Amino acid sequence: MSIDKVSDAIAAPETSQPYAELGLKKDEYESIREILGRRPTSSELAMYSVMWSEHCSYKSSKVHLRQFGDKVPKNDSMLVGIGENAGVVDIGQGWAVTFKVESHNHPSYVEPYQGAATGIGGIVRDIISMGARPVAVMDPLRFGNPENSDTRRVLTGIVSGIGGYGNCLGLPNIGGEVVFDPSYQGNPLVNALCIGTMKHKDIHLAKATGLGNAVILYGARTGGDGIGGVSVLASETFDADGPAKRPSVQVGDPFMEKLLIECTLEVLHAGLVEGIQDLGGAGISCATSELASNGEGGMHVWLDRVLLRDSTLTPEEILMSESQERMCAVVEPSKINAFMDVCKKWDVEAVVIGEVNNSGRLTVEWHGEQIVDVPPRSVAHDGPVYERPFARPDWMDIRNAAGPENLVRPSSAAEVKQTWLTMTGTPNLASKIWVTSQFDRYVMGNTILAQPEDSGMIRVDEETGLGVAVSTDCNARFVALDPYKGAQLAFAESYRNVAVTGAAPLAITNCLNFGSPEDPAVMWQFERAVTGLADACLEMGTPVTGGNVSFYNQTGDVAIHPTPVVGVLGVIENVERRTPMAWRNNGDLIYLLGTTSDELAGSEWAHAIHAHLGGHPPVLDLAAEKTLAEILVAGSVGNLFSAAHDVSEGGIAQTIAEMSMQSGIGIRLEVPAGLDAFTFLWSESATRAVVVVPQNQNDEFLTLCASKSFPVTKFGEVDLSSKSIELAAVFGDSISLDIAELRTISEETLPRLFG
Amino acid sequence: MAIVVVDVALKHEILDPQGRAVMGALVRLGLTGVADVRQGKQFVLNIDGDVDEAKLAQIHEIASTLLSNSVIEDFTVQVRP
Repeated sequence: MSIDKVSDAIAAPETSQPYAELGLKKDEYESIREILGRRPTSSELAMYSVMWSEHCSYKSSKVHLRQFGDKVPKNDSMLVGIGENAGVVDIGQGWAVTFKVESHNHPSYVEPYQGAATGIGGIVRDIISMGARPVAVMDPLRFGNPENSDTRRVLTGIVSGIGGYGNCLGLPNIGGEVVFDPSYQGNPLVNALCIGTMKHKDIHLAKATGLGNAVILYGARTGGDGIGGVSVLASETFDADGPAKRPSVQVGDPFMEKLLIECTLEVLHAGLVEGIQDLGGAGISCATSELASNGEGGMHVWLDRVLLRDSTLTPEEILMSESQERMCAVVEPSKINAFMDVCKKWDVEAVVIGEVNNSGRLTVEWHGEQIVDVPPRSVAHDGPVYERPFARPDWMDIRNAAGPENLVRPSSAAEVKQTWLTMTGTPNLASKIWVTSQFDRYVMGNTILAQPEDSGMIRVDEETGLGVAVSTDCNARFVALDPYKGAQLAFAESYRNVAVTGAAPLAITNCLNFGSPEDPAVMWQFERAVTGLADACLEMGTPVTGGNVSFYNQTGDVAIHPTPVVGVLGVIENVERRTPMAWRNNGDLIYLLGTTSDELAGSEWAHAIHAHLGGHPPVLDLAAEKTLAEILVAGSVGNLFSAAHDVSEGGIAQTIAEMSMQSGIGIRLEVPAGLDAFTFLWSESATRAVVVVPQNQNDEFLTLCASKSFPVTKFGEVDLSSKSIELAAVFGDSISLDIAELRTISEETLPRLFG
Repeated sequence: MAIVVVDVALKHEILDPQGRAVMGALVRLGLTGVADVRQGKQFVLNIDGDVDEAKLAQIHEIASTLLSNSVIEDFTVQVRP
C-alpha cells in the first residue's frame, strides 16, 4: 500500500485527486491548494473534506448565525457561550447547567435504529466534554404521513433506537415532540437534546494548551464505520429514489458510552486534564484540528498509534472515521500515568497519539512518514464561508393569500362535539404515551415532570430542591407561513411551556432544520428564522447558548417545512413548588390567561380536518409573552395555582382535553361571552395558558393579573363529582364529553398505526 | 423437505458490541489464544418441496429484506444437503 506523503505532494503536484467524490467543490479544492502552497496529500484532502463539509463548517449558515452572537441580551447567567461543545449557564447555588440540541436526521433515515441511537450518544459526549454529568435527554422527532408504510419503518426504528441507547445509558428521557407532516416523508427529523449539571469549578473547555502536553485518544477503537458520514450523508440532498450512499452508518455501544461518561468525569474531577474534546462528526480530523487551533496552535500526531478495530484501515480512513464512543484529552506528561490508571479502572482503552507544540502547524505522521502538515485553523475554523443568495419566493404571496377563512367550520353543538372527538385522535394531538413509555423517564430518581407535562423537569440538587425545566417546540406550519414570526412563535411556545411549570426561562438552544441552502427560497426561510429568533432572544433576555444547523433536509426539489426547533431552559429554585398540568380539587376555578382571536392559519384544525396550509400565523406580542411568564412564575411562587397548562397546537380544546385526561376529574365550562365556541376551542392564538386557581387564592390571583394589566377570563370550575367535560354556550346548546372516552380515542391512535 | 440455512452477520466494518463483550469475557476468564470475536445469527428454514432456482431467489429476497438489515449486515445462504 503506497502512502501519499507530504514529500510526494511536493514532488508530484499535478496528481489528480478525488475532491468531488469527497464532497468538495472545485473552488474549495483550489483554496486548499492555495493555503498549503501545493496540492494536499490524500490524508490532508480527507481532513479538509470532512471539516469543510456543511455539517462541520456551517459554511452556509455562519453569516446568519453571527446574529446570535451580535444580539446577545444582557444576562449574567451565561458562563460559556456559543462555539464550545455546549453552552453553560449559571443556575445559582454554585450550580451550572449545560444543554444542547443536535440533529441526527440523515443517518436516522438510512438506518433508523442506529441513527437515532448514535444521535443520543453524540449529544451526551458534547455534554460530558464540558465537564458536566448528563442527567436527562429529550427527543424532538418529526415524521412523514403516519399512514405511509415507510413512516412505520422509520418511526419504529427510531423510537427503539432512542430507547435502546438511552435506557442502556441510564438517562431519563423527559420529553420532546412527536409530530407528523407529509413534508417530512423522505426526511424525518431526529433531534436529540441533552442536559448536564456541574459545579462552576468543573467547567472544561476544548483547547490544547501547554507545550509538551500529551494528546490522548480514549474510548472505543477506531473502525471503518461512518467514514465520511458528515461530508456525504449530512451535506447532500437525497436523490428522489432514496439514499444511495449507504456505507456511512455508525453503530453505537451504549455500555461503552456509560464507561466513557464515568471515566471522563473522574479524570476531569481529579484535575488530570487540560483540555478535552469529544469525537463526533469528522472524528480525529475534527478533534485534533479544533484542539490545536483553540490552544497553543500546534500539534504533532502519530497516527499509527491509534488503536484500530480493523488493521487494514488506511490513514485517510482513520482520519475520517466516525466510530462512536471516543474522546480526546490533553494531559500534562506528569499526569499521563494517573490518567491511564483511571481509564484502566473503567476498562477504557487509551493511547497517547500526539503532543502539543508551538509550531503553528498540525502535523501527522504515519510509520515515520509525514502525511499531514497544515495550519490547524485553516481546517477547523477558517473554512469556506458562503453568502448564499436568498430571496423571498413568489409562492409565499399565494400561500399567505389562501387563508383559512373559507374552510367549513362546525356550527352546531353536535358538530363541535364530533370535531372535538376527531381532533383528540389525530396523530399530532393523540397521546404519545406509546412512544414515551418505550423510554425510561424516571431512572436516576430525579425526574420531577416528564411527558406529557409541558416541560421535562429535573431536580439538580437533592438538598435544596434546585431544579431545571426544559421544553422543545416548533410549529413548523407557522414557520412555513412566515419564517420570521414562525420562529418567534416556536420560541414563545417553548418559553411558555417552561414558565407554565413554574420555572423562570433563562437561556435557549436551537436545532435549525431546513432544506437545501443552495435553494434561495430555503436560504430566505433560514435567514428570516434566524433573525426572528435572535430578535426574540434579545427582547426576552434569553441568550442562545448553542445549537446546530441541519441543511439538505429535502428529497429532490421538495424541502421540509422549515423547522427551527427551540429548546428553552428554565430554573426553579425548589422543584416542590412546580405547577402540574392536572387539576385535583373540587371547586377550583378555571381561568384563561390571554386573548383568543380568530387565528386558524397553520392550526392543527386546518391541517387535520382540511389538510390546509395558508394565511398568516397568529400575532405574537413578545412583551405580553414575557408578562404571561412572569404571572405563571409568580403564581407558582405564591402557590396560587393547583394546575396550569399552555395553549398551543389544537387550541383550548386540546389543552382542556389533556388536563382532563391527566386528571380524570370532570369540569364544568362555559364558552366566554363574545366568542363563538369554535374559535374559542380551536383558535391557536399565542400567549395563552389555562390556569386552575383554588377559591381561597382567587383574590390574590386577580390582583396579580390586574397589577400586570394582563387579560384573564374565568370560564369554568372543577367538579369532583363528575367524570366528564361539560361545556355550555355552544351555539346555544351544551355538550358533554366523557373523559374516559376521550382518553381511549387519544391513546389508541399510535398503537393502531405503529403497534 | 429441504433445509436452507441463512447466516447473518454484521458487516466487516461495523462495530459489534456483543462480539466485543464476548472477547472481553474470554480475556477475563483467562481463555487465551482468541484474537477477536464477531457474533451473528443463523436462520434455519425448512422448505416445502425442492429448492430450485426460483425458490433460492425467493429465499435471497427473504434474507435481504426481512432476515437481515442490508445497511449494516451481510448474509449467506446455504442449502443443507
